[in-house]
Amino acid sequence: MINLEFIINTISLGSLYAMLALGLVIIYGILRLVNFAYGELIMVGGYTLYLLASFSPLPWLFIALLAVLVAMFTSLFTELVAFRPVREKSLTAMLVTSFAVSTLLQNGALLIISPRARAVVLPQIFQTSVMIAGTSVPWRNILTILTSLVMLVLLTLLLRHTVLGIALRAAADNFTMTRMLGVPANTVISAAFAISGIMAGLVSIFWISRSATVTPALGAPPLLVAFVATVIGGMRSLTGAVVGGFVYAIVISLLGVLLPPGLLEFREAFMFVFVIIILLFRPQGLISSKTSVERVG
Amino acid sequence: MSDIPSAEPNHNALNIQGLCKYFFGLRALDGVSFSLSRGEILGLIGPNGSGKTTLINVVTGLLPATSGQVFVDGTEITNKKPYQIAYAGLARTFQTIRLFRELTVLENVEVAAVSMGLSRKAARQRAIEILEEIGISRWSEMLASVLPYGLERRVEIARALATQPKFLFLDEPAAGLNEDESEELLQVLSSIPARKNLGMLIVDHDMRLIMRLCNRLHVLNFGKTIGMGTPEEVRKIPAVLQAYLGKTVAGV
Repeated sequence: MINLEFIINTISLGSLYAMLALGLVIIYGILRLVNFAYGELIMVGGYTLYLLASFSPLPWLFIALLAVLVAMFTSLFTELVAFRPVREKSLTAMLVTSFAVSTLLQNGALLIISPRARAVVLPQIFQTSVMIAGTSVPWRNILTILTSLVMLVLLTLLLRHTVLGIALRAAADNFTMTRMLGVPANTVISAAFAISGIMAGLVSIFWISRSATVTPALGAPPLLVAFVATVIGGMRSLTGAVVGGFVYAIVISLLGVLLPPGLLEFREAFMFVFVIIILLFRPQGLISSKTSVERVG
Repeated sequence: MSDIPSAEPNHNALNIQGLCKYFFGLRALDGVSFSLSRGEILGLIGPNGSGKTTLINVVTGLLPATSGQVFVDGTEITNKKPYQIAYAGLARTFQTIRLFRELTVLENVEVAAVSMGLSRKAARQRAIEILEEIGISRWSEMLASVLPYGLERRVEIARALATQPKFLFLDEPAAGLNEDESEELLQVLSSIPARKNLGMLIVDHDMRLIMRLCNRLHVLNFGKTIGMGTPEEVRKIPAVLQAYLGKTVAGV
């Protein structure tokens, strides 16, 4: 049924996926690295929510803020101890490192917490709905849309009007040249990892609000969504990430209502067929980029 | 080499002393020494593969030196990070143009200015002034990816100037330009060193441009210095004639 409820839910899902994809692309744009540990940042955010909501008296808004900060600092920390030492070596080394970081973080969660799913205590607002034009819309979806709007505006302002922003854009365009002009590589890369971590932290809140549980393997599905969304939209552009996130959400939602019930469990398979079709016609993704493809660490 | 300058680095110049760069067995640079003063235009010439671009890459920190030293105004910058070298006062352009293609012309120049610690506002102001000087302010709001080739070169030079360098390296600035464009470039370049009080090093194969522009020439072949002096002097050095100018002059 394509009605108002469907539309709002799809926009909400698209907003979530857009944030997800942005966090992946911001690093890819500069380092040409698909950070496979990105999903684990979401997992780390999730466990922060679980621990603080279960064992601390802090108000929920504060807990959510802390989850975002913990994801951000984890991201910065992985860059500092894992990626920075191998950055000058090769892209392959970075890629393998990202798998290592991902495995380490997952196993850390297995060891320290538990392999079993933990229930996250969510605030009331995530379980209630509001009536809009005769349809019941979960607050969760409205909050997702609002958060991603705020983030898009903030990110745009940062990129357009700040010193860091113009350095980030230049670095995404041609990192070597940016360094030659006097921009310290570490500053730009740290900033990108920080933004990526913030996105992961925000996503963790809304991702977990759907299932209300957190597991060590939580990071895998969002990573896959982020990766596919960026492939659809174009790996090289932030606009592409947003477009890719929304296209993914729209297609997967449409498949959900259009497929006959017997085929619903193959929804992802149909999704990937669609991705393949897009890539056949636009191998560079929907939003292509004119920037150079070289990478120097 | 007989002409190695004294070990005492000059305090108002770029000094390169015994610079070597080996790629495994290949000696791309083999003990090159020279200095470049403020206000001067030095031409670095030599046949293809003689080590000119390697020299620029090593001095600007893109490649590590095997041995040898580089000083800017008496401070050593050998093997420093690219941004530190930029801070020390070195800027360059590339043989293959490397503009930020998704940024506007103005933004391209702004990046260089903010990287030297200016605020966005001050950077914009400096970028506007430099585009004016180089004569391309008409295109400032255009995306770099849609510029005609000849203008791209000038944006690169403007961008390099925005870091307010003490020394500017231009790697084949006239490559791919037609006669008119080359002539315009010559006009732009010739006034820069005196106006900005910077030393300029030019690598190019356009001998007409080099001979008219440069105060001094330094000639490389197989990574070694085979001659140096004024354009008139260099023309008379037999090794140079044989390795490089001889063929070119004979061919024209």
